Amino acid sequence: MKISIYRFNPDTDKKPYNKVYDVKRTESDTMLLDLLIKIKATDDSLSMRMSCREGVCGSDAMNINGKNGLACVTKIDELKKPIVIRPVPGLPVIRDLVVDMKQFFKHYDSIDPYLKSKKKPPIKERLQSQEDRKKLDGLYECILCGACTTACPSFWWKPDKFVGPAGLLQAYRFLVDSRDDAREERLDNLDDPDRLYRCHNIMNCADVCPKGLSPSKAIAGIKKMQIATKKPKFKTIKKIFHVQESKK
Amino acid sequence: MVKHFEFDSIVVGGGGAGLRTSMQLAAAGERVAVISKVFPTRSHTVAAQGGIAAALANVSDDKWLWHMYDTIKGSDYLGDQDAIEHMCKNAAAAIYELEHMGMPFDRNTDGRIYQRPFGGMTKNFGESSISRTCAVADRTGHAMLHTLYQKNIELKTKFFIEWIGLDLIRDEDGDVLGLIALELQTGDLGIFHAKNTIFATGGAGRIFQASTNAFINTGDGLGMAARANISLEDMEFWQFHPTGILGAGVLVTEGVRGEGGYLINSNRERFMERYAPSAKDLASRDVVSRAITQEVIDGRGVGPNKDGVYLTLSHLGEELINEKLPGIREISIKFANVDPVKDPVPVVPTVHYMMGGIPTTLNGQVRDGVSQKEVNGFYAVGECACVSVHGANRLGSNSLLDLIVFGKAAGQHILDSSKNKKLKKLPKDVTKKTIDRLKKIDSKSSLENPREVGEELRATMQKHCGVFRFPQLLDEGLVKVNELKRRIRNLSIQDNSKVFNTARTEALELQNLIEVALATIASAKNREESRGAHSRADFPKRDDKSWLQHSLYNPKDGSLAYRPVKMKPLSVKSFPLKERVY
Ligand SMILES: Cc1cc2nc3c(=O)[nH]c(=O)nc-3n(C[C@H](O)[C@H](O)[C@H](O)COP(=O)(O)OP(=O)(O)OC[C@H]3O[C@@H](n4cnc5c(N)ncnc54)[C@H](O)[C@@H]3O)c2cc1C
Ligand code: SF4
Ligand code: FES
Repeated sequence: MKISIYRFNPDTDKKPYNKVYDVKRTESDTMLLDLLIKIKATDDSLSMRMSCREGVCGSDAMNINGKNGLACVTKIDELKKPIVIRPVPGLPVIRDLVVDMKQFFKHYDSIDPYLKSKKKPPIKERLQSQEDRKKLDGLYECILCGACTTACPSFWWKPDKFVGPAGLLQAYRFLVDSRDDAREERLDNLDDPDRLYRCHNIMNCADVCPKGLSPSKAIAGIKKMQIATKKPKFKTIKKIFHVQESKK
Repeated sequence: MVKHFEFDSIVVGGGGAGLRTSMQLAAAGERVAVISKVFPTRSHTVAAQGGIAAALANVSDDKWLWHMYDTIKGSDYLGDQDAIEHMCKNAAAAIYELEHMGMPFDRNTDGRIYQRPFGGMTKNFGESSISRTCAVADRTGHAMLHTLYQKNIELKTKFFIEWIGLDLIRDEDGDVLGLIALELQTGDLGIFHAKNTIFATGGAGRIFQASTNAFINTGDGLGMAARANISLEDMEFWQFHPTGILGAGVLVTEGVRGEGGYLINSNRERFMERYAPSAKDLASRDVVSRAITQEVIDGRGVGPNKDGVYLTLSHLGEELINEKLPGIREISIKFANVDPVKDPVPVVPTVHYMMGGIPTTLNGQVRDGVSQKEVNGFYAVGECACVSVHGANRLGSNSLLDLIVFGKAAGQHILDSSKNKKLKKLPKDVTKKTIDRLKKIDSKSSLENPREVGEELRATMQKHCGVFRFPQLLDEGLVKVNELKRRIRNLSIQDNSKVFNTARTEALELQNLIEVALATIASAKNREESRGAHSRADFPKRDDKSWLQHSLYNPKDGSLAYRPVKMKPLSVKSFPLKERVY
């Protein structure tokens, strides 16, 4: 089976190139990661991240046949051959399939991804209704793999400014948590043409998320909250948003 | 290039244990850094599914004393009763604290934290099964790890991410002064000079072939400790989880059986009724794993090679499965090609958890050698440590608890005890040994290929040190593993470049795995009894007269020493020895 893999080692290569490997697939190879491990056994210079091999740690996001995904939960059978593997787009490549995720995590940090509660908590747990808890489903499960953000043209365009789908999904996770008291502050933090409103509903994010989450729905939720709780600072943006809403 | 850093404390490991420790230190304004070979939320704590135990009594009456009894019985009386008391007594507060930080626990209708039954967790000293395990669907570890990481972001903890620790710095007095680490992105070495070094490097399940553990679980902390001549405790005790997916190794949580799933053999018989008439499928893990292995040996296995059994849960209904076990449904479809809503999942006992580790006090201070004297400046917490709360067999959902209770204790002990501590001077040539080791791996002077040797090691451990242990296999296994150790000293890689060289990382990890494997098989060979997860064919009974003792493996010469189990709790009456039936 033929697999073409993007290769670049800054120590030795002037330019990136694609290397085609021919691997023998056996019965026990179900996931793409199995094949990559096999390739690495014959060519130890191939670099990638991997850990859990079950889709929960978020290490091995890569671009597989043009679409971002996790190698460990991508079935070989479901891929068009020859398989073409590249690093996820939009972030600097450190080496081969390993990209520099600093920018991605900076955006995550920037949304204050932790609960802000002004009240002193009780001695036991805070109560939360099952209904309120349900609001966190589809949000808290994010594994920070970066597949969504690096598939987003708005992020490619302004990687240093646009928070991106993963960061915004987490922002929404705290905005809708009944235990959080910082809604105003959180919305203010995002009320910015670049940080939030760069999202143009292209929906690549929801399309690639290996956990089946929909950052794009969360972003729409944030925009709605911006309008409901106060007047957005950016009137024009508000207009754009309305246009998009009505197009749907 | 060698970079130089100075901190009050460095935490090696960004899993649950490391992040709980760093949180304690950062909140007090300590100069603390977390060093992790992967981004913190990629640590293996993220994979924990079923939950975290604490007697909150949210579902029915519960007491920490009952939890304590269950843990002692689960440990087959090898757990130290003082440590177990400390853990169970502080469990509820630790869970509330996680909730206050924002952990998205599932809820009961009254808004309190949801709890589910788990193996070995009982009411009123063994009367019947109890709901004690707090859960976030079947993603409890993920929710806990992310919450702890988020808290550390809030506290502005300093992180060194994708740095791999290679060796401890220990001076002539035996004091620990920090760590030598390698930055993956640049290939540079770093000296982390610190008053306190805390190991939270997690498990080492990758010494076996079939493992629920991630690739990164290579026992680096134990390897580093062993190279610094620190003894390792109770290494013969490895938990085989009854339900890893046949072939893939991926875990299916015990929470499935907690929610009402059960095991069947090829005759569709609920065989656990024969092995554990009262607790049945929720007996302790060692008991269930042995039962499955016995069924397979007796020819009642399922699957193409008849080497597994079925876990059936379709009777729970799609709605409950989707709500409480969504991750399991996802995993089963992906890795077993089975939708559990319709069909049973083929499973097999799979290595899962290391009960042993670096010996520590209740405060996380590392104890060394036969004297068990505390090592100045050195702490260990989490799966890499052995305090020992899990003894010969860990109860499911007690490990996540262990991480946060003892992570906090270690952090607090450092705050309380090292106020006026000064940074000692580093020994001369502190990086020499490490650099020599790296050079050797790069030298291409020998032909030992890490992949091949690694595979051989895993196969050897699987065959010689599995669920049931046989004297001859142990003897042969020890010889083989010793031979593999000689070969592992001569590993060599083809790729010598500096930037993100994962071939180098794997070779370095293998040099840690071998220390763990050797300690495991040597300790297993020496312990002539069956207790908890250690099951000897030639000594099928527990022998309290001779073996109510913790093993201390000395990595210098491979010898074993023993220390008595602490039967005296901190404040309550001792739980006396009893035969263990479920
Ligand atoms: C699949 C699975 C499911 C589980 N489910 C449960 C459950 O439901 N309930 C429960 O209580 N327990 C469960 N356990 C057990 C529990 O999850 C683990 O014991 C626990 O998470 C270990 O946490 P830790 O913080 O000690 O280590 P880890 O989370 O493994 O973290 C280790 C850290 O050390 C770092 N590290 C390692 N070596 C180095 C090095 N050389 N240099 C720098 N950094 C290093 C890693 O990068 C990582 O950050 C489960 C285990 C598995 C495998
Ligand atoms: S939202 Fe999905 S794709 Fe994006 S980082 Fe989270 S898990 Fe990955
Ligand atoms: S290896 Fe963890 S998500 Fe793929």
